Amino acid sequence: MDARTDIALTTDLGIEAPPDLAPDAMSACRPFPAQPAHNEALGFPGALVEDWQDQAIAKMGELLENSRPLRVFLDSCVKCGACADKCHYFHGTGDPKNMPVARQDLLRSVYRYYFTPLGRLLGRWAGARPLDADVLEEWFTYFHQCSQCRRCSVFCPYGIDTAEISMAAREIMNSVGLGQKYCNEIIGKVHKVGNNLGLPPAALENTLEGLEEDVRDDTGVDVKFPLDVKGAEVLLITPSADFFAEPHVDGLIGYAKVFHQAGLSWTLSSYASEAGNFAMFIGSYEQMHKIANRIRKAALDLGVKRLVFGECGHAWRVAYSFLNTLAGPWDFLDPRYPVPQNIAAITHDLIQRGGIRLDKDANAGMTVTLHDSCNVARASCLGDRPGDQFTIPREIIAASVPAFVDMHPDTIGDKTFCCGGGGGLLTDELIDLRVKGCKPRANALKQVVDDHKVTHMVAMCAICKSQFTKVLPQFGYPMEMIVSLHQLVSRSIRLATNA
Amino acid sequence: MHYQLNDQQIEHDEEGYIVDIAQWSEPLAEHIAQSENLAMTSEHWEVISILREYYQEYQIAPAIRVLTKQVAKRLGDGKGSNKYLYELFPYGPAKQACKIAGLPKPTGCV
Ligand code: SF4
Ligand code: SF4
Repeated sequence: MDARTDIALTTDLGIEAPPDLAPDAMSACRPFPAQPAHNEALGFPGALVEDWQDQAIAKMGELLENSRPLRVFLDSCVKCGACADKCHYFHGTGDPKNMPVARQDLLRSVYRYYFTPLGRLLGRWAGARPLDADVLEEWFTYFHQCSQCRRCSVFCPYGIDTAEISMAAREIMNSVGLGQKYCNEIIGKVHKVGNNLGLPPAALENTLEGLEEDVRDDTGVDVKFPLDVKGAEVLLITPSADFFAEPHVDGLIGYAKVFHQAGLSWTLSSYASEAGNFAMFIGSYEQMHKIANRIRKAALDLGVKRLVFGECGHAWRVAYSFLNTLAGPWDFLDPRYPVPQNIAAITHDLIQRGGIRLDKDANAGMTVTLHDSCNVARASCLGDRPGDQFTIPREIIAASVPAFVDMHPDTIGDKTFCCGGGGGLLTDELIDLRVKGCKPRANALKQVVDDHKVTHMVAMCAICKSQFTKVLPQFGYPMEMIVSLHQLVSRSIRLATNA
Repeated sequence: MHYQLNDQQIEHDEEGYIVDIAQWSEPLAEHIAQSENLAMTSEHWEVISILREYYQEYQIAPAIRVLTKQVAKRLGDGKGSNKYLYELFPYGPAKQACKIAGLPKPTGCV
């Protein structure tokens, strides 16, 4: 791991100056292309097709037909520059192509050339250019330096969403046989095994048994981690990282304790053992649909009444915004509860009603801050009131620890900075980008560590948790500083014995 | 892309994970570790053997918690922590140790 302590941290992030421009600084940073087997498993051509230019333009035409917003986004930019310094990857790299408007222009220029009369006529004088091999390489590079976090769109007076543009670009590339290995290999595993990790049912069962043992050793209480239990009230859909990685698993233990204490019967499914839906990152509705339908099938097979999602940002966005269109109708579930529900909303409600009791002393010595995950912050609610995606986690934290401090207001809420690893970029070959893209968050964290002695940062997304545990050490913070939201609940919840 | 072990060529992917896990051997593990600037000690070998045994049974590497528990059992309680595993394998117990053990890389949000 190359040390990056050379990155200077500024503490007054609210007025941080834009970085010095470093043209093409990141032009060689791109992910591994997918191998033919990865692409073919998703129904994409294995390798770049011969007439890729024609096919790519045809695909672009199809997307423009089917998505009005895409055309509006491509048509309506007035080059006001408001978004230019709002991207964490631009902040971290200084590469002007990581300015959101410049990223959009990579696709917009080709759109203009083939789909607008003026662009065709005037070429580059109208900001238009034909699609050639260099442009394709630029697409593959810089559309994989966008985590689809939507921060830029918050500042755009026209609401232009670079994430949608980068999804469209990835969809076009996949359609001509240029996929990204990380995403496509993972989507293939979900189709085959049921989760991103490729964790087979027997291994899942073994892992859950181990957790039951651990919690029993730890607390003396028989907290269950049920798998494939027919007739359970709740089906919990959670990222498979919750079974595997730290601190994710501590969050899973927290969910189990909440269900236990609330007396709610619940189950996991070995068939739908993944909340994440990486198909969103590659813009593929068809793949998204296929993944989401595993959840429907599991809910039907197990005869559950409610659907609850664990801590995961993009999974929640897909669930919150699209689950009904993708895999509905959910008329076989209990109509008294929203579909889907988030575990945070359930825990929050139980705290308020006194259904569970938390003991802050169990987390004595902790001063905690919260990283709002982009896909929760900017694309959804957690409960049923606008803005509760911000209040719910904060109130849960406040109830579980002695001290909570927010980071700079320009770096939280709907202006939150991405962790640097979202959107299908959480892969080792992009580590340089991931470290640099984490700089704005690390800045804001440093400020509250220095000024308020913050000891821990909560994340409520599997990607954020993995990204931070890997990358924050490069800024001098230990990986144990990152905790799951429900890890705090897990440590502070008062458990009654089953007896 | 391959490791050259004596006169044998063993194919690996872009990141150094071997393609055919049946081609793994202890000398190959030494070789991979060397290419990662890692000197194998008996503790490293113990972790590798835990990983391989688990993989034999479950076709996947164990979760970090399962691994740390096994390590504690075999190497002593003080060593059953994620932190200790990172000391042994600085690039991460799951990823780097799997590579040396000849197992596929764990994928997903990990
Ligand atoms: S969506 Fe996020 S990563 Fe992409 S350009 Fe906008 S700010 Fe940058
Ligand atoms: S803020 Fe919107 S209109 Fe202004 S340059 Fe950026 S994308 Fe274009």
